[in-house]
Amino acid sequence: MSTAIEIRSAVKRYGTTTALHAVSLEIADNAFFTLLGPSGCGKTTLLRCIAGFEDLNEGEIRLFGQDIARLDPNHRPVNTVFQHYALFPHMTVLENVAFGLKMIGVSLDDRRARAGRMLEMVHLSAFADRMPTQLSGGQQQRVALARALAPEPKVLLLDEPLSALDLKLRQAMRVELKTLQEETGITFVFVTHDQEEALTMSDRIAVMSQGRVQQVGSAREIYEAPVNRFVADFIGETNLIEVTVERIEGDWARVILPGGHVIRCAAAGTSPGKHHLSIRPERLSLAKTGELVATIERVVYLGTDLQLLTRLTSGEAIQVRLQNSARTEVPAPGTQVALHLEEGAARLLAD
Amino acid sequence: MAGLTPSGQGNGSGYRRIVAPLLLPTWLMIGIFLVLPVLLMAIYSFLTKEFRGGVIWDFTLASYDQFFLNRGLFGDEPPVIEWTYITIFWRSIWQAAVATLICLAIGFPTAWFIATRPPRSRAIWLFLITIPYWVNLLIRTVSLKFLIRDNGPLNEPLMALGLITDPLPLVNTNLAVQLGLFYSYLPFMVLPIYAAVERYNFALSEAAADLYASRWVTLWEIVLPVVKPGIIAGCILVFVPSLGAFLAPDLLGGAKTFMIGSLIDEQFRGSQGNWPFGAAAAMILMTLVLIVLMFYARAQAREGAR
Ligand SMILES: Nc1ncnc2c1ncn2[C@@H]1O[C@H](COP(=O)(O)OP(=O)(O)OP(=O)(O)O)[C@@H](O)[C@H]1O
Ligand SMILES: [Mg+2]
Repeated sequence: MSTAIEIRSAVKRYGTTTALHAVSLEIADNAFFTLLGPSGCGKTTLLRCIAGFEDLNEGEIRLFGQDIARLDPNHRPVNTVFQHYALFPHMTVLENVAFGLKMIGVSLDDRRARAGRMLEMVHLSAFADRMPTQLSGGQQQRVALARALAPEPKVLLLDEPLSALDLKLRQAMRVELKTLQEETGITFVFVTHDQEEALTMSDRIAVMSQGRVQQVGSAREIYEAPVNRFVADFIGETNLIEVTVERIEGDWARVILPGGHVIRCAAAGTSPGKHHLSIRPERLSLAKTGELVATIERVVYLGTDLQLLTRLTSGEAIQVRLQNSARTEVPAPGTQVALHLEEGAARLLAD
Repeated sequence: MAGLTPSGQGNGSGYRRIVAPLLLPTWLMIGIFLVLPVLLMAIYSFLTKEFRGGVIWDFTLASYDQFFLNRGLFGDEPPVIEWTYITIFWRSIWQAAVATLICLAIGFPTAWFIATRPPRSRAIWLFLITIPYWVNLLIRTVSLKFLIRDNGPLNEPLMALGLITDPLPLVNTNLAVQLGLFYSYLPFMVLPIYAAVERYNFALSEAAADLYASRWVTLWEIVLPVVKPGIIAGCILVFVPSLGAFLAPDLLGGAKTFMIGSLIDEQFRGSQGNWPFGAAAAMILMTLVLIVLMFYARAQAREGAR
């Protein structure tokens, strides 16, 4: 598979603040690639550098092998769906969608036909002659999408396009976006701070924090094999426990939990000493007997799941998630239980 | 809350009973300062001229007749069209249009510049733009005349430097009048455009660039249409007073640049005045302006209906 975008040690500074610290990324062609990270981590900045609205201070960005540093935004084969849509208020929906085609010199009849097809694709044919202000937020979002897709760019950049929509619409649009990406074969670079959105839609995800890329991988890799505390904590829920790595035996590490309980888990490039251990709540279960003893403090009913807030005898708080089935016995708060850790459930983190 | 319930709907008249007296000052203002003077002018334009200024209460169409038709020195020849005043009107419209265009050409970049400064320095720039307005228009126009006269501070240094041998003939020319109008009304162009540009969402320009529009195309296809209401407001605010201006043409122009404003002004001065004729000319001017504004309003309405 060829590479659509290659970013090499990109640095972007605004005065004294550094928005991007030496970001390097490879984005494959035809992929649904997501930039995920908390507010202010530099996602928009990276996207704007790719689109050409900002210049890098250092590093380079290659688009299909070509260095695009010297190209103005209007010469980059990249289109953007803006966070607040930025629809042209003086043009009808159809004119908005046809604008990019007009700029690349498509004839009037042709662009009307093509823009019409785009509107069909986003189910807005009936709204072609309306003005943008006469549309709902979700409809405006689709117009922005159709407008950016109409000139058939090689890469589509989407900056939190779903953040202004309500939950139901957002979920529907996730599926639509994913389908659209697969149908068109255009590389999507999607920005979000919503990890659920990222996990459900992406082929690959780059997790960013404070201007740095923390980890790049598939949804599964990022969820199950986070490389550091930030990723483990940001993606899903997790229990982070400070532990001591006693020794490393090949790929495995002997780890001592705070209460003295010893487990074996993948070394993940760590060396003996203090480290953090990440345990997903759903990978823990209750057992009749065991060495890892905890007291139940609270039981939270979540519908499909039960969340147990427990405390180890050594004092650490641990969350456990149980599926809510008819067989589930709900222990009362105050009872002592043993926690069972599946093989491979705990993940040692490098930092 | 009561007013919002269905049973409270009948309170509409009660509401009006309270509000109507509160609106009284507004109606008084409009009545005294707008309707009354215009009505007075309209009536005067149909009266007969009194010998030493003033009017005789004899209703006649003579003033309008005098404006449009020439019946010879003694009024007994077959009427032909009188071009004198129509020419003055035409020249004034032309002059005002040119002044408006110059104000637009300079005012738009100025407004753009101010609106794109950081918020705190915008206030300072706007303040600087309005500072000349603290001085009376007459004084400003006279100072402009001093500035551009033959041995003024513009011509003297140029001649001293040997760049020109004769002073630039500026006073009493069309150019000087344009300069005067431009100087008088530029802020009326800058302020509304500034307000429009300040509200302009620059993400639209980015979106246009993203969709392969060059800078000029973006300006033409996106920026100008979006800030158009500000531009049109500015043009009206400059065009209308330029049309009736008499200070700049009087002080800076010569005999060849006689304008409507001066024509009307003259009719109300001293014993050579002709009040009914001045009133008629004013009414014709007002009708012209109203027609222009009506066309604009119609165009706006059509656009809004889209
Ligand atoms: N024009 C600018 N001038 C100065 N600092 C900026 C500018 N734009 C962004 N920054 C800073 O750069 C950092 C990254 O900003 P960016 O907009 O890329 O964050 P983000 O990840 O998109 O956040 P969000 O999820 O809130 O949109 C922030 O600390 C921000 O304050
Ligand atoms: Mg952002």
